[in-house]
Amino acid sequence: MELERLTYLGVLLFIFVGSAWLEIALRTRVLRRWKRLLLALAIPFTLFVIWDIWAIATGHWSIDPDRTVGLKAFGIIPVEELIFFVVVPLASILSLEAVRSVRGWPLGDEAPVDSAGGDAR
Amino acid sequence: MTYTQIGIAVVIAAIVTDVFILRTRLVTRKGFWVSYAIVLFFQLLTNGVLTRLQVFRYSDDVIVGYQPDAAPPFIGSGRIAFQPFEDLLMGFALCLLTCAFWIYWGRRGVQRTPTAGPPIWRTWAAQRHARASAGSGGTASSGSVAAPGSPSTDPSGAGDGEATT
Repeated sequence: MELERLTYLGVLLFIFVGSAWLEIALRTRVLRRWKRLLLALAIPFTLFVIWDIWAIATGHWSIDPDRTVGLKAFGIIPVEELIFFVVVPLASILSLEAVRSVRGWPLGDEAPVDSAGGDAR
Repeated sequence: MTYTQIGIAVVIAAIVTDVFILRTRLVTRKGFWVSYAIVLFFQLLTNGVLTRLQVFRYSDDVIVGYQPDAAPPFIGSGRIAFQPFEDLLMGFALCLLTCAFWIYWGRRGVQRTPTAGPPIWRTWAAQRHARASAGSGGTASSGSVAAPGSPSTDPSGAGDGEATT
């Protein structure tokens, strides 16, 4: 296989490696919380893949067959696109938790310590 | 509908989901916008490479710009860093929607812990402080004054990894 066909896959690998190191260096603990991660990814993945399939089918955009490995789901969507809609949302969550790790700004999912302290006599 | 119209609609849908449906209100959080700025930078970089190499080609009829036969312009004709600006709409919607669901499930109590942080270099710094004060603490009186402060930050930093589980 020509190296050119790994172009898209290579960029996806860069995105994954370029964000996954945050899990170790900044202790984002996103991959460790994989159940919550899968729940968070499920709906955006489904919606965006449906959009992508429709857009390719209607001719809104096309993906170069010479720069993808050639595996297609449903005979239309390159496997790289499916990986894209896992790797990019994962990178977004890693980025969000990385900022929280460094700055400590609240994001709205913190344990309700105040109300618990108030309720408990 | 064009990609432009769908892109705008999807951004609105993502904001409505964040603010009114999931009520996560990430668009009001500084932390979200800082993390989106990082995501945006890497989208311009990586998606720029892919559109420059024409891995993605777009129909002239559905974007503001056009699809040239050769490489697209770096900027202009509705493109930013080679990619149609519509891609930025899609990227923002994907980022916001995913982060909103992440926060939503956390708020519902699904693996709220272990929480993120601290960065490993803070643990290293705390450990260095602890070692330094342990070494000087025995002799100098000033060392024993400094010692109580530094180790107290150390357990909170180093212990967090296991304690919050």
